[in-house]
Amino acid sequence: MQTEKKQELSKFSTDSDIPVSSFYSEDDLKGWDQDKELGHPGRPPFTRGPYETMYRGKLWTMRQYSGMGDASQSNRRYKYLLSQGQTGLSVAFDLPTQLGYDSDDEIAEDDVGVVGVAISSLEDMERLFAGIPIDRVSTHLNINATAPVIFAMYIALAEKRGIEVRQLRGTLQNDILKEFLARKAFIFPTEASVRLVCDVIQYSVDKVPEFNPISVTGFHVKEMGASSIQEVAFCLADAIAYSDELVKRNLDFDSFAPSLSFHFACGRDFFEEIAKFRAARRIWCRIAMDRFGCKKDESARLRFFSGGSGAVLTAQEPINNIMRSSLQCLAAVLGGAQSIHVMAYDEALSIPTEESVKICLRTQQIIAYESGVTKTVDPLGGSYFIEWLTDRLEAQIVAKMEQIEKAWGGMANAVIRGFPQREVIERAYKQEIEIESGKRVVVGRNKYTTTTKTRIKIQTPNERAALLQKRRVRSLKKNRNQKLVAESLEKVRAASKDRNVNMIPALVEAVKSYATVGEITSVMKEVFGTYKDPGLVI
Amino acid sequence: MAKPGLDGHDKGALVVSRALRDAGFEVIYLGLYGTIEQIVQVAIQEDVDVIGLSILSGTHLKVARRLIKEIRKRDGWEVKTAIGGIIPEEDVQKLRRLGIDIIVPTGTPISKVGDLLRASLEK
Repeated sequence: MQTEKKQELSKFSTDSDIPVSSFYSEDDLKGWDQDKELGHPGRPPFTRGPYETMYRGKLWTMRQYSGMGDASQSNRRYKYLLSQGQTGLSVAFDLPTQLGYDSDDEIAEDDVGVVGVAISSLEDMERLFAGIPIDRVSTHLNINATAPVIFAMYIALAEKRGIEVRQLRGTLQNDILKEFLARKAFIFPTEASVRLVCDVIQYSVDKVPEFNPISVTGFHVKEMGASSIQEVAFCLADAIAYSDELVKRNLDFDSFAPSLSFHFACGRDFFEEIAKFRAARRIWCRIAMDRFGCKKDESARLRFFSGGSGAVLTAQEPINNIMRSSLQCLAAVLGGAQSIHVMAYDEALSIPTEESVKICLRTQQIIAYESGVTKTVDPLGGSYFIEWLTDRLEAQIVAKMEQIEKAWGGMANAVIRGFPQREVIERAYKQEIEIESGKRVVVGRNKYTTTTKTRIKIQTPNERAALLQKRRVRSLKKNRNQKLVAESLEKVRAASKDRNVNMIPALVEAVKSYATVGEITSVMKEVFGTYKDPGLVI
Repeated sequence: MAKPGLDGHDKGALVVSRALRDAGFEVIYLGLYGTIEQIVQVAIQEDVDVIGLSILSGTHLKVARRLIKEIRKRDGWEVKTAIGGIIPEEDVQKLRRLGIDIIVPTGTPISKVGDLLRASLEK
């Protein structure tokens, strides 16, 4: 029996290269302390889930990432999604907005409204949420380098609508460190960038306490090619970096920790992803308690959004992606996600159509209402394999985090030097070679292939909306109180120069005067400079 | 190897760069957000044999025109050009006619990219 087990170890591994035995028994959990490692749902170490009743009390939020063209077009799509059962919004912004350029900027020419919605001013935000009750529908704003500006707009919008800002719910991605590492939509150098992240968090904790001012994200790192171990390690290390910075500002960990949220990918290794989410909760709980000495349970509770995984979907036989996405969604549910995005079948080809995104919602709804998996909390808890794998992942993630701290000097330092990037690309390269050799099977791509191409309708960029948006921004710039704009921009400049000043109040005033994303970012660039990606020595 | 324009998705560019290293090439990866002018400038300084651009945004024809124009401004400079990324089949010929030497649409095995470059350099 034992030799058989040993032979199997070398042939089978998880996606993150953990060797898997042919079967698991209580022998694999010798010395495992159930009370310490598993515990009770809703209580430290939160392995089983951040809440006691989980989906019995409240289902996860069905939150499809969405945005296109101009604010009016996106507004129509959001209303469609809400009518099809989406329970929370998630805004995708176009590249110019993410990078601090206005729609009418020459550099933005080809990219306005292509991968997300074009937002250049408060006026655009007003149109984006026209007829949508933002006091009742929670919104994720997936924005990072320009998060402080978009956050200011969201606050200004609430004030204009007479909504009590203290009760405003929502989430900002606002995680700049992962931009340097994987997503690459950065603007300012690292120090200024981290300052801005913390300005947002500090302001939010004080004035918008129902809001999640950050969604610390591992998703893009995994999509880039990282293992689940690297994904969680880099993500939690980023959370530590931000927490350390906030503690340096004399903020009590318990004052901001409950409003930290997280965002992970959900890849193709079903059980590994489930175990990963459980391990992440346990690890963060221990960090919150042991490293930061938190005094309340809420500070140690990791809540996360699952973004699925586009990187494992194929352009070939796109309908197959529905099955892949369904498995990802099921894994996220069994892993206890608080909100979920499901990748559409046409993800490899374009942003979703109404048809393809509807299927994403139906996937979530079928799992929620028909499969029965929501009837009990953490149904896989106690499985020999799942508990063994959760332990294994925890050990490897913690070891990786130790390397980040001791050998790399923390994430802010590591990303400038390219340490994590090199590791991730090396892994992405090896995986691609394995796909080309057939060792890593991708159905429809390197196994069971056909020559016939599936014809599907895809969403194409709305050139007319882009043109209208450019005109709109040009017109806005001519028809404002220019004196007010100039004054407010000077206040932004002054606030930027003093790192002891929180930038948000100046930004709220600026967006209210209809200063644009590009104008505000330009002023900040003059003060902070811009980050020059050193490229990588390949 | 560089990515012009605003798109930051450089996994493809980085993985292909890594494959080219294994194929015996020295790769200078310039990173993101470069203008064609800046990229060409560095290419001259570094005396490269091939300029490779990764484009996923659909702007490959526009970029190709700009690239060839920049290169032709430098009379007598010989360099090969490669464009890779999301390139529909019907645009492959168009790129060749514009003067792009090597075209690497998604789906090209990364282990073959080195061969494509060498074949072009030997011409």
